[in-house]
This record gives sequence, C-alpha cells and structure tokens, in this order.
Amino acid sequence: MDNIVELKNIKKIYGEKVKTQVLFDLNLAIEKGSFNSIIGQSGSGKSTLLNILGTLDRPSDGEIIINGVNTKSMSANQLAKLRNETLGFIFQFHYLLPEFTALENVLMPYRIMGKKIDSHVLNRANELIDLVGLSKVKNNLATQMSGGQQQRTAIARSLMNNPSIILADEPTGNLDSDTTEQIYDLMRKINKKYNTTFIIITHDQHVAEKTDRIIEIKDGRIIMDVRRNND
Amino acid sequence: MKFAFSVAKRFLGYNKGQTIMIMVGIAIGVSVQIFIGLLITGLQESLIDKTVGSTPHITITQENDMSFYDFELDNESFTAVAYQVDGPAFAISDSGDASVLLRGLSEDGDKLYKLSNKLVEGEMPSIKNDVIVGLGLKKKLNINVNDVLTLRTISNQTVDVRVVGVVDLKVESINNSWVLSTLSTAQSLFEIDDEITSIAIQVKDVFLADTLAEEVKANLPISDLVVVNWKEQNEDLLSGLNGQSISSIMIQVFVLVSVVLGIASVLAITVLQKSKQIGILKAMGIPDNTASLIFLFQGLILGVYGAILGVLFGLGLILSFTSFARNPDGSALIPINFDIMFILFSGSIAILSALVASFIPAARSKKLSPIEVIRNG
Repeated sequence: MDNIVELKNIKKIYGEKVKTQVLFDLNLAIEKGSFNSIIGQSGSGKSTLLNILGTLDRPSDGEIIINGVNTKSMSANQLAKLRNETLGFIFQFHYLLPEFTALENVLMPYRIMGKKIDSHVLNRANELIDLVGLSKVKNNLATQMSGGQQQRTAIARSLMNNPSIILADEPTGNLDSDTTEQIYDLMRKINKKYNTTFIIITHDQHVAEKTDRIIEIKDGRIIMDVRRNND
Repeated sequence: MKFAFSVAKRFLGYNKGQTIMIMVGIAIGVSVQIFIGLLITGLQESLIDKTVGSTPHITITQENDMSFYDFELDNESFTAVAYQVDGPAFAISDSGDASVLLRGLSEDGDKLYKLSNKLVEGEMPSIKNDVIVGLGLKKKLNINVNDVLTLRTISNQTVDVRVVGVVDLKVESINNSWVLSTLSTAQSLFEIDDEITSIAIQVKDVFLADTLAEEVKANLPISDLVVVNWKEQNEDLLSGLNGQSISSIMIQVFVLVSVVLGIASVLAITVLQKSKQIGILKAMGIPDNTASLIFLFQGLILGVYGAILGVLFGLGLILSFTSFARNPDGSALIPINFDIMFILFSGSIAILSALVASFIPAARSKKLSPIEVIRNG
C-alpha cells in the first residue's frame, strides 16, 4: 500500500538556553486508508509528533512528506493551504468557534478555501451532520451543545474538505465511555466509507485496541509498533 | 476578504456589550470633536462679524488727510467699495448745538456700514441735504425726523439739512457725534468739488484683507495715498482668535489620541479573547494575512459605526446647545455654521484612527501560532 505520510529522522528540541529534546530521530510511515493509534504516557512526545505531522509545528530537523510532497521548504501560507485541503483535525477540547452554529462550523474549512457556498456544498455539510447524528442541533451555537455533540461537530468539520488524513488528539479524552464508543464507531465508519487515513492519539486502551496499528512512544522514541488485522 | 469580514462581523456581534461600549467610546470622541470644532468656529465667525462685519476692511486715505480724486477699484473679492467725505462740523438746532462729524457716503456706504439695518426711525438719505443722525445726537439736540438742522464748518460755510432718519450705531461716542449724508452734501459743504477724503472697502474673506490691501497699494493711480487694513489695527483680536483656534485643535487632538488608545487597547484584549479562535482557524488553514484582516475589519466596522453615531451625537449636542443658548431676542447666542466638510472630516478621522488602532491587534493575530493555542488548551 502507498504511504500517505512519511516522517524521516524527525528531531524536536524545545528551548533556546535550556534545550529539551522531545523527539529523537523518529521515522514513521503511515499507509493510505489505514486506521492508526499512537499511545504513550503524557510527556512522551506523542502530541508533539501529531502537531508536527499536521504541520502545525515545525521539526528542529528531519523531513515530513505528505501525499508525496516534502513540506520542508513550504511557506507558512503554503502549509496553511495544505492543511486546509488535505488534513482534518479533531482535538480533545473540540475547538469549535463559539460564535458560529454547528452547521457554520462544519462549513468553515470550505469557506476558508475561499469558495462560494452553493446548494451542493450545503448538502454535503448537511450529510456530514446527518452522519454524525446532529441534524436536530445543527443551528445551535457551539456553546449550546453537549461535549459529545461538540466533538461530533468537530468530526463533521474535519471531513468537510474531504481530507486524505485526519489527525485526532485524544478525541474522546473528556467524554464518557458510551460517547467514546459512539465517536470511535463513527471514525471507523468514516474510515471505511471514504478511505480516510486516521491517526489517533489516545489514552484509552479500548480505543487503541480497535485500531489497525498501534504505535507506542516513550521518551521521544517509538518503542512499539504493532499491526493487527481486524478482518 | 469576504471571509475575514464575515468573521469580524460575527466576532463583534457575539460580544455585543463590548462592541457597543467601543462604538459609544468612539462616538463620544467624535461628538466632542464636532461639538467643540463647530462651537469654536461659530464663536470666531460671530466675533469677527461683530468686530469687523460692518466696518471697512481696507481704508485708503491721503497722507495729510487732504482730499483726492476718486478712482475705480475693481476686484472680485470686494463686496463693497464706499467713497467717503469726512469732516468736522458744528450742528445747530432750535434747542441746542453740538460738534459733529459729517460723513458723506456713496451708494455702497449703506451696504458697508449696514445702516439700513441700524435705522431706528425714518429712512436713508437719498437726495442732497438729507441727513441721518446718531441716536445720541438726536437726544442731545432734541430733534425729530423731518426737523431741519444747520451745519457749519470751520471755514464758516453753512447749510441747512433735513433729518430723514435716526440710526443706532451701537457705540456711544459715535452715536453722539455722527451725521451721515450723501456724497454731494458733504462735498459741497466742505468745498471740495468732486473729490473725496477716503475710500472704504469690504472684502469677502476678511482674513485676506492684508494681501488684498497690498494689491490695492501696488495699483494706486495716485501717489501720497495710505492703505491700511483691519488686521494691522486689530492685532490683539487676531492673536486672541489664533490662541482660541490652537486650543480648540489641541482639545480635538487629545480627544482623538484618547479614542485611538481606547480602541487599540480594547482591540488588543479582543485578540487575547479570540486567540483560541484564531489558532483553530489557522490550524484549519487560514493564511496569516486573513488572520490580521479579521482585526482590521473589526477596527473598520467599529470606526464606521462609531463615526456615524458620533456625528449624530455631535449634531444633537450642537442643536440642543443652539436651542438653549439664545439671546433675549430669540436669536442664537452663537450662530453655528453646519460645516459639512468639517463633520465629514471628523468622521473620517475617527474611522482612520480606528483602523490605525487595529494595526497592533492585527499584527498580533498575524504572529499567533496555532500550536500555542493547541498546546495550551
């Protein structure tokens, strides 16, 4: 299978005077359409890894190749465009824009592309909202929804531009176990339906066990990389 | 652009209370500026009008107070050119006598000294040997309209004149001593044929009187003439007006500075408030420029609404001021000229300063890295 993301010798060092190295020569390749989890204790560097994967943070050294394109020499604006078109983010704290309704939040990545919203696009947004089961609250402001609803809105939003990769940082971190189950099933459904690649950071052993591949990080190094066949 | 504008609008709409507060802040600044600006301008205009509105702005006389032949003065900036013959005389009525100043005036004299407006009785003199007298003189000589008065000069020339009107010239010494006639009455009494003793000129823009006086001086057809303008004679008034203008501008500048600082500090806080949103928008791929545009648009929207509100407030203040501050006769104490250009200028300055004030938050928003927000929650 093709690799959609490749990390080559990624190093990350924080601090100017007191240097703290968080990632040590990390190499990782993620296959297209795969469903992956990254686990590790807090402070292990897994979030830093995800942020580097998502081009939100730049590595101190090393290369990231996304969809066959090396991001090393890209400008901030080029990276922004890349994120907008090929990456979807789901964060632990939802990060919806509270000033906008659920539907408007879902449409946001499309509006950022600078394209006009026509009925076709609106239909797609409504379909996504249906998919995550929020049709009833789609016109609520983000602040008028429960945690689970907000997280599902964030998932719908991450799918809006049909990205090839979705990066999720503890998407179920502060949700109860029933909701966690629903969110996981939803992500799995999307993975199957659109062949979207998922990279999920999780604390939750149950979630990790249901993914195709578990990568464990400890002290900035990959200490375990297990592939499983769910079929 | 459109995206940044709609986000800016939504951000402002979401924090309604705060948005209204900033707009009212800008509006108060603009209204104070308009109020003070219009008030001071009105005050100065009325002061100038009262001081030099009905006096000559430029006067031409002969060096030794001798008479001279009149000549044409043609200039678009002149609103009135009055030829005058002045001379001392002795006025004798049935019940008394007084030393007076007889001034013969050509047609424009009425316009220049606004005599028709100052008539309290009778009419303006139109034929030879008709005169009008000051209010004080009327009492002193105990005369009435249509009474006859004898005028005698130093060289013992006498003429009987008919009093056709009484004027109130608002200054006691003048009211007590002036007798006004047509040019020919004075010319024949003082035996100077067709000559005159001075030319009085009024100009459109009183502040150009000095340069116009220079022009007149350069084109005089006769030598030995002296040209003076009101500015030379009223230096105290001018420096007073100047001081007033400067202090008015100072007040306006300080109001402006406080408005700019106010907007800048509030907008700087909104960047902090919205840093999570900016971070998430950047993670989703808005370019850095769009991130700063959001705050420039916020500044612009606040500026435009604040300016409109401020112009309305300012006009309201001025209108209520003019309707309360009135003379006993009901006319406005300070006549206000609603200078549209000044009002538009004040409004635009407010919009511009709101825009300038939003540069700092815009720069901050541009620099904000999504990772800061995501890492810190």
